Amino acid sequence: MGVKQLSVFLENKSGRLADVTRALAQANINIRALSIADTIDYGLLRLIVNDPERARAALAEAGFTVALTEVLAIEVPDKPGGLANIIDILAKEAINIEYMYAFVGRSGEHAIVIFRIERADEAVQILREKGVRILTGEELQSL
Amino acid sequence: MYFWNREAECMRLEELRALRDWLLVKTVRHAYENVPCYKRKFDEIGLRPEHIRGVADLSKIPFTTKDDFRENYPFGMFAVPMDQVVRVHASSGTTGKSTVVGYTRNDIAVWAELMARTLGAGGTTKGDVVQNAYGYGLFTGGLGAHYGAEKIGASVIPISGGNTKRQIQVMQDFGSTVLCCTPSYAVLLGETAREMGVDVRNLPLRVAFLGAEPWTESMRRQIEESLGIDALDIYGLSEVIGPGVSYECMEKAGMHINEDHFIAEIIDPETGEVLPPGSKGELVFTTLTKEALPLLRYRTRDLTYLEPEPCKCGRTFVRMHRVMGRTDDMLIVRGVNVFPSQIESVLMEIEETEPHYLIVVDREKGALDTLEVWVEVSPRIVSDEVRSLEKMEQKIASELQSTLGISVKVKLVEPKTIARSEGKAKRVVDRRDLYNGS
Ligand SMILES: [Zn+2]
Repeated sequence: MGVKQLSVFLENKSGRLADVTRALAQANINIRALSIADTIDYGLLRLIVNDPERARAALAEAGFTVALTEVLAIEVPDKPGGLANIIDILAKEAINIEYMYAFVGRSGEHAIVIFRIERADEAVQILREKGVRILTGEELQSL
Repeated sequence: MYFWNREAECMRLEELRALRDWLLVKTVRHAYENVPCYKRKFDEIGLRPEHIRGVADLSKIPFTTKDDFRENYPFGMFAVPMDQVVRVHASSGTTGKSTVVGYTRNDIAVWAELMARTLGAGGTTKGDVVQNAYGYGLFTGGLGAHYGAEKIGASVIPISGGNTKRQIQVMQDFGSTVLCCTPSYAVLLGETAREMGVDVRNLPLRVAFLGAEPWTESMRRQIEESLGIDALDIYGLSEVIGPGVSYECMEKAGMHINEDHFIAEIIDPETGEVLPPGSKGELVFTTLTKEALPLLRYRTRDLTYLEPEPCKCGRTFVRMHRVMGRTDDMLIVRGVNVFPSQIESVLMEIEETEPHYLIVVDREKGALDTLEVWVEVSPRIVSDEVRSLEKMEQKIASELQSTLGISVKVKLVEPKTIARSEGKAKRVVDRRDLYNGS
């Protein structure tokens, strides 16, 4: 039920982010969400794109080192407390959130947030029981 | 001019020549009869010890190299039984196996004499307080300087390396007049003192004996100005004896080689041919008095030249210019020998890394040398979390540290960052510029 996320290793030097987006544009890949985690020397660019496999090939071709990971795309009610509710559900079960970031598109009245959660299978089950919708890769691409 | 042993250090040249001929004949016989490695080298080319009648015959003898030490690890190069060996030291080698050296009681006495000459040439007397910040241990620096200073009768502070603020405190409180350490540590001491609000120029410190790593004339000026002292260059390597092989006098114009104990030659590192006086090439040493570890034509891999003109100080011993480079890829970082091949073998053993790396050695003003190893990331290292990259950096760093014996900063870089030219990658960037400065 996860969606595929690309993680690209980037040294902190100017122009590298632009190199990534150029390589993806040339391969006709659409970036749907991104976040950057960095240290003094380097960063990890996390990307949700419309075609992860082709994007990975294009980036590898351009000389980048890329990892593929599964993350969760979770629908969050677009109102105050919407996100807090989901975080509370996970906290009660002592499930840690490694990181999260917003997706560009919307699903009806909902925002979509990308989550990386430990014990993902268990988390999915619990969230579903509470009526939280988790999007599949296909659902996400169709937005 | 200062002397510890003027009679020896200013020996008449005819006398010195006769002494060296006699000692060489003795050493060759001792090495041939007691070290299988030497016997084999002689026998292979049909050379007999009696063919060597003096220094003029020296070039007939095959060279000795660090490989001989490795193949005969740990004690195979020793020429006396272990019950006559009173001390063992070691330095790191190319493949993890260190170079092990041994001393008889008499070797230790000779070493102390040579270090007394070294310290004496800078005016050290029994009235001095010697702060010895060379590392004590397997490294020869600490105990070498210690025994020399004690022989002179000076008061020795065996403080060893490290704990820089305490060094400054001790220097102030104990009134140290003489400092022994690596040149980069002397720079660091100066900077640390300044941060602490201490002006070393107002302290009794007068002279420093700096060695165990290459340095430059500009570093000498910097150290002399910031500490208000004379900074003298000293040279040695554990295979030959340790520090005390050669030393500067107050002329600061090259290091006098203790020629009554060692013969120096300069050879072409490619052909092995002995070069005429004044030519730059690889320095080769033969020991004349060593008992536990006689060395015949040992290739140091250090590049330098011998100064044929006599020195103004009156010493007859020939001078060698400061070391101008290496014939191999050995780096000396914070006084520790580092070979790129050691780093490569560590990376090969870590499953996730590939041996694409660059070694960056730097020396920021007023700081110790830094050793950075840049490692190209592979898909097996990259994940979606920074934490796992940091863990990988720490893992590589701690593996390198345990192999090399000094701390290393690991930096992950993008693939193909490290230039590959003509198939052979450039592995080392030494930003210290140690051999070209003036
Ligand atoms: Zn001199």
